[in-house]
Amino acid sequence: MEFVRNFPFFCIILSMFSGVVSSVLSGKNAKRLTFFSLTAILVMSFALLSHLMAAGESYTYMMGHFPAPWGNEIRAGVLEAFMAGFFSLIMILSLIGGLNHIREDVEETKVNLYFVLIDLLLSSLLALIYTNDLFTAYVFVEINTIAACGLIMIHTKGRTLLAAVRYMIFALLGSGLFLLGISTLYDLTGHLLMENMKESVAVLISKGEYGVPLLIVISFMSIGLAIKCALYPFHAWLPDAYGYSTASSSAILSSLVSKGYIFLLIKVFYRVIGFEIIAESKILNILFLFGVAGMIMGSISAMKENDIRRMIAFSSVAQIGYIFMGIGLGTEAGIIASLFHILSHAATKSLLFIAGVGLTDASGKKKDFASLRGAGYRNKVAGVAFTIGSLSMVGMPMFSGFISKFLFSTASLSAVPAKTLLTLISLAVSTILNAVYFLRLTIFLYTPVEGNHGAKMEWKTQKKFSLALGCFVAVNLVLGLFSQPIVNIIETGLKMFG
Amino acid sequence: MLGTSVFTNYEEVTAVILFAIGFSTLLLHKNLIRKIIGMNIMDTAIYLFLASKGYISGRAAPIITNGVMETEAYINPVPSGLVLTGIVVSVSVTALMLSLTIRLYRRYHTLNLDEIAILSRKGGK
Repeated sequence: MEFVRNFPFFCIILSMFSGVVSSVLSGKNAKRLTFFSLTAILVMSFALLSHLMAAGESYTYMMGHFPAPWGNEIRAGVLEAFMAGFFSLIMILSLIGGLNHIREDVEETKVNLYFVLIDLLLSSLLALIYTNDLFTAYVFVEINTIAACGLIMIHTKGRTLLAAVRYMIFALLGSGLFLLGISTLYDLTGHLLMENMKESVAVLISKGEYGVPLLIVISFMSIGLAIKCALYPFHAWLPDAYGYSTASSSAILSSLVSKGYIFLLIKVFYRVIGFEIIAESKILNILFLFGVAGMIMGSISAMKENDIRRMIAFSSVAQIGYIFMGIGLGTEAGIIASLFHILSHAATKSLLFIAGVGLTDASGKKKDFASLRGAGYRNKVAGVAFTIGSLSMVGMPMFSGFISKFLFSTASLSAVPAKTLLTLISLAVSTILNAVYFLRLTIFLYTPVEGNHGAKMEWKTQKKFSLALGCFVAVNLVLGLFSQPIVNIIETGLKMFG
Repeated sequence: MLGTSVFTNYEEVTAVILFAIGFSTLLLHKNLIRKIIGMNIMDTAIYLFLASKGYISGRAAPIITNGVMETEAYINPVPSGLVLTGIVVSVSVTALMLSLTIRLYRRYHTLNLDEIAILSRKGGK
C-alpha cells in the first residue's frame, strides 16, 4: 500500500490530537498548533486527491485488526479528498479573517479552548467525510454538534447562550431521529459498514420484504439530518446562532458544519441505501418541497431584517434550501449541482460573514443598516469584498453563485416536468429576492454620509483580514471561472461512490 | 398481520412509544430541565430498542466461562457495544445541556425558555 493512502487517517488523528494538546497550551501556541495542523491537513488532502485522480479508484482503509464486515473502516475517493481539502481551506481563511475578533470576543484565558473546539470540529468533519461505518458517523455527528455549540457560546455577550441552547435542542432532535434510523437499519441489514448495508438492502428490495420499515428508515435519516442543517421549517435556531457568535464561528458554522451533514446525507443516499431506491421513494419529493419553500421563505425573512449579520444568516436558510432542492430533483445532475453549491456557498457565505464584521467595525460595532451607511468608504477592503460576495450570491456571471444556479437549472431539465417548472420558477423568484436584499445593503454601504459614523479602517492595520478576504475572493473566482474541472472531480467522485 | 406483530414485538413497540414521548418533551416543553429529561428518555428508548434487538432468548452474554465455543450459545454483542457508545455520547450531551442551563439560570433567573427569550430581547443583550 502506498504511503499516501494513510493520509485520511493522519488527517483525522492529527486534528484530534492537536485539539487534545491545545487544551494545555497558551492561547498563542494553541493558535500556532491549529494553523500548523490545518495547513498539514490541507496539503495532505490535496496530495491524496492527486494520487486518487491518477489511480482512478477509491479504496478502503482498515481501522484496527478486524476485517470487514466486523471492523471499522475509512474510505477515500476523489470527492472525499476534495471536500476535506476544501473544508480545511475555508476553515483556515475564516480563522485568519476573524483573528482580531477572536481576541476581542473570547476571554483571554479561554482562547486556547476556542482552538480546541476548532480542532475537534475539523476532526469530526473529516471523520464524517471519510468514515465507512454508519455508527461511527453518528458518534462524530454528536462531536460535531458539541463543538459547534461551544463555538456559539464561547462569545458570552449577547444572545449567544439562548442561541446555543436552541441550537442544541434542534440538533438533539435531529440526531435522535438519525440514531433511531441507524438502529432500525442495523436491525434490518445486520451490518454497520456502508457496502454491506447496501448489499443487504438490495436483497431486501429484490425480495420485496420490509418495504415500510425501509421507508421509515430513509425518512428518519433524511429528516434528522435536515433538522441538523436547518432546512426551512427547522431553522428557528439559526439566525441567533449565526448572528451573535464571533465572526469566525459564524463563518465556519454556516459554511462547514451544516455542509458536513449534507455530505453525510448524500453519502447515505448513495452508499447505504442506493440512489435508485431513494429516487423511487417519495421522501425526495418532500425534501424538494421543503427546499423550494426554504429558498423563498429564507429570502423573505432576510428582506425583513435590519441587521447585517442576521440578514446573512437568513440568506443561509435560503441557500440550504437550494441544496435540498437539488438533492430532491432525484437525478445525478441534481446531486452534482448540490455538491457544487456546497462549495460555492461555503466560499461565499464565509466571505460575507468576515467582510460583514469588517464593515460593522468601521461603524462603531453597530449592525443596523442606518449605521452602516457609507461603511464601504470607511473600510474599503471589506466593502469591495462584501460587494463581490453579494454579487456571487445573486448569481452574477464570473462568480461561483452563477455556476451553481446554472447547474441547478440545467439539472432540473432532466427531472419530472412538474419539478422542472417549480425549480425554474423558484430559482427566478429567489434570484430576484436575493438581489433585492443584498444589493439594497450594498447601496447602503456606498451611500455617502455627512459627519463621523465610525473610524476609518486603513489597509495597513488589517493585513491579515485583507489577506483572508483576498483569498476568499480568489476562491470564488476560481469556482466561477474554472468550474468545469471541479464539476468533473465531483462527477468522478460520485461514480466512485456507487 | 400488523396486529399480531405489534403484540409479539412489544419491546420494540415500547421503545418507539418512549421515543415519541421523549421527542415531544424535548421539542415542546418550555422548561429546560424537562427538555433534558425528555432527551434522556429519547436516547434510552433507542438503547432499549437496540438491546432488545441484540438479545436472542435462551442464549447467554458472549463471555466464555465454561469452554463453550459455539456461536449458537451466545447473543450478538454488537448492539450492546452500540448501546455503550450511545450512553457515552448521551452522558456528555446531557452534561453540556445541564451546564448551559446553569449559565442561563444564573443570568435570567428562570428555566422557562419562552421567558428567557423575552428577557433576552428586552435586555438587548
